[in-house]
Amino acid sequence: MNEPIAVSPKSFKSAVKPIWCPGCGHFSVLNAITKAMAALAIDKDNSVLVSGIGCSSRLPAYVDAYGFHGVHGRGLAVAQGLKVARPELTVIALGGDGDGFSIGGNHFLHACRRNVNLVYIAMDNEVYGMTKGQASPTTPMDWDHSKLTPHGPGVRPFKPAAIALAAGAPWIARAYSGNPNQMAKLIAEAIEFEGFSFIHVLSQCITFCPEQTDWKAIVHERSEPPLDSADLAARLFLADDGFATGLLYREPRATWPPPLHIHKNKNKNENEALAALAAAFAAQ
Amino acid sequence: MGDTQLSIAITGAGGAGVISCGELLLKAWARCGGRGLLRKAFGPQIRGGEAAALLKFTDHERYTAAGRYDIIVALDWVNFDRFQDEIIAGPDTVVICEDSERIPASLRGLPVIHHAFAQLASSSHPEGRMNMVAAGLLGHLLRLPMSALLEQALAKLANKPEAYRDGARACIASGYAASKDIDRPLPARDASGAWCLTGNQAAGFGALSAGVRFAAAYPITPASDALEWLAGGLEAVGGHLMQAEDELAAINMTIGAAFGGVPAFTATSGPGLALMSESLGLAVASETPLTLLNVMRGGPSTGIPTKSEQADLDIALHGLHGDAPHLVLAALDIPDCASATAWAVQLAQALQVPAIVLSDQFLGQSTAVVAPPRLPAALAAAEPTPSTTDEYLRYRLTASGVSTLAHPGDADARYTADGLEHNERGTPSARASDHREQLDKRRRKLESFDYGPDWGRCVGKGDTALVSFGSASAALDEAAARLAEQGAPVRTVALRLLSPLPVSGLELALAGCSRVVVVEQNHSAQLYHYLKGRLDLPLESLAIPGPVPLNPHTIAEAVGARQDA
Repeated sequence: MNEPIAVSPKSFKSAVKPIWCPGCGHFSVLNAITKAMAALAIDKDNSVLVSGIGCSSRLPAYVDAYGFHGVHGRGLAVAQGLKVARPELTVIALGGDGDGFSIGGNHFLHACRRNVNLVYIAMDNEVYGMTKGQASPTTPMDWDHSKLTPHGPGVRPFKPAAIALAAGAPWIARAYSGNPNQMAKLIAEAIEFEGFSFIHVLSQCITFCPEQTDWKAIVHERSEPPLDSADLAARLFLADDGFATGLLYREPRATWPPPLHIHKNKNKNENEALAALAAAFAAQ
Repeated sequence: MGDTQLSIAITGAGGAGVISCGELLLKAWARCGGRGLLRKAFGPQIRGGEAAALLKFTDHERYTAAGRYDIIVALDWVNFDRFQDEIIAGPDTVVICEDSERIPASLRGLPVIHHAFAQLASSSHPEGRMNMVAAGLLGHLLRLPMSALLEQALAKLANKPEAYRDGARACIASGYAASKDIDRPLPARDASGAWCLTGNQAAGFGALSAGVRFAAAYPITPASDALEWLAGGLEAVGGHLMQAEDELAAINMTIGAAFGGVPAFTATSGPGLALMSESLGLAVASETPLTLLNVMRGGPSTGIPTKSEQADLDIALHGLHGDAPHLVLAALDIPDCASATAWAVQLAQALQVPAIVLSDQFLGQSTAVVAPPRLPAALAAAEPTPSTTDEYLRYRLTASGVSTLAHPGDADARYTADGLEHNERGTPSARASDHREQLDKRRRKLESFDYGPDWGRCVGKGDTALVSFGSASAALDEAAARLAEQGAPVRTVALRLLSPLPVSGLELALAGCSRVVVVEQNHSAQLYHYLKGRLDLPLESLAIPGPVPLNPHTIAEAVGARQDA
């Protein structure tokens, strides 16, 4: 990163010790988040990390900011309600592939199309780690390491970036836990982007998917500028190997709430407004 | 009670406009100082099915559904048979219809007045509609000035093409002229300063008045209109309503806004409440305040979405997983939808807990002329005992059980709210002592709070008591009045606070009773079983499932008959 670092990333870490296994990719996501927050000198008191359930969803407690650790799959809904109610806050939603693409899949689709101005970091390790190694929506079809699906899940993997694009996300990036500096830069850009910014992080699970150490050799940084039209991005996301990193697509759109929703009478006296609503009920 | 009342049922195929006709009549009646109720009965289909506007004009505001109708108006007889259980004729009932050949068996032999609705409508104006002819006709029977009818019709059609307004004017005038008088006494019209609204609108208004500035919404019958009212209401006061992708999102958006410190609300009905239940547990564990209005309908599953029942008490009380103390309130009548919801918002905020307010289709979707709702005075903020350390502990153990709630933006109180069991700081913990302390704390804050006298409405004296909750209470009051007339006075107790159960208040109210009859509109006697587990009193059950509204006469008879036995 070229920006001068005024605050130490370490100061954004809380005193709570992560529960993750040694070698877990999520450590590097935590580092990238604190680094990005430090780089932007973000006000901790006005930042909130929101998550669902899973190994990755434990992350908010490890950051010295406000946090909300909710139920499985619903972090994005909490984050959107919070951001709409308190637009001045910096809101980062995060979670894993099971949380975001399986149980929370519907919220993922609608968060992409609703385009509330927040960051969503999906930490994808292609496995349910917290429940000890079951296949997730992004697990390869033939991955036969789970007792639950001894012959492999036999289901085509979910393509997060392609689906985010189809659902209308205006800003899509991919990062890799083996490259925290690139990830930190992407997170900082995502925070600054006006709209729903989705970062798909390949974050390895050393415990249940040790084969993911091979990702190091496969991951490749996309050097071209981000695509700015959905049709080109669709070709990229459907054709690529899923290991291209960087900011892949950026096409700003109107965010929610739309201007008409941001009521016309911001400074109107609340009591007067309530009295007018009451008067409309008058029978005589 | 010596009351004068007139009840009119207007039926027709869905889309014939009977509900609009009923609304017009009630509003015109109210404008002239009258009191009354419009109950809306629908089939399951929204368009093309059947609809009935069930009007009751009264001289009091204890609104129950009419047991029998004095006048039954059929714009057509399409699907009338589906209302057979609900639209009951008495010996003096007059039938007004166009097609007397097709009068259903249940209404044969009654006096019939013929009106050629269709012909009157089309000959009055090319845009003429039968329902406006009926409005004119019934308006005349109600001795309303034609100006009052026109005023309401034109207001309703203000944004429609001029021809529609001309059509309505012409049809109301021809209906008015064609009306044949029926000699029935009319209730006095002496109300002033009254409101005319539905329970769902009242609930929205109550929420807004108590400070709600965010709502998340997923449509469901019969709760959607509370949310629709709030969409405009919130915009007017600078808040937001978000339409969610499902109930799971709606409750979690509500939690998100509430975590941000903005009082938040959502509304749903049984199936939606089931979907929201997991996250209500999250709100309990993370101590996030929110208010959820549950407008009950016939269940289980899709059940009878358009009709009323009180069958969600069990899920509201016991539907959460784990030990999850939370608030459950019930609105007793249409204005109480505002008061109870406002109180729920205040309590939820003060106690940092989710509150479920139970209403039902009868309260939620009926329009009534009522005295303006009495909104609760602001609660004195529950003051947590000051901390002895500098460190902010979100879930600090206090005598009241309530700890200081910081919000994002507050300086140096950063914490992570958690659905995982946690210690005082909020750090996840599976330790037995932390679990026990937090369980105790969450229960203590609800059980040690003084809810004051608003936990219920207790009326009358007698050895026998009738106990109910929610909308059943109006039927109970009427039943009690009948029993008093028969020389068997009873006391009635209607619960507004269901959880935590106001045990000492109930025991005091029911002291000395030899019989306590628990009356409710469901099949499995949910309130009865709930009370039986908590009160050492001679309880009996009178549980009658929906969707036909509880009939005061039936209640009085059942209580009286058992008394005799």
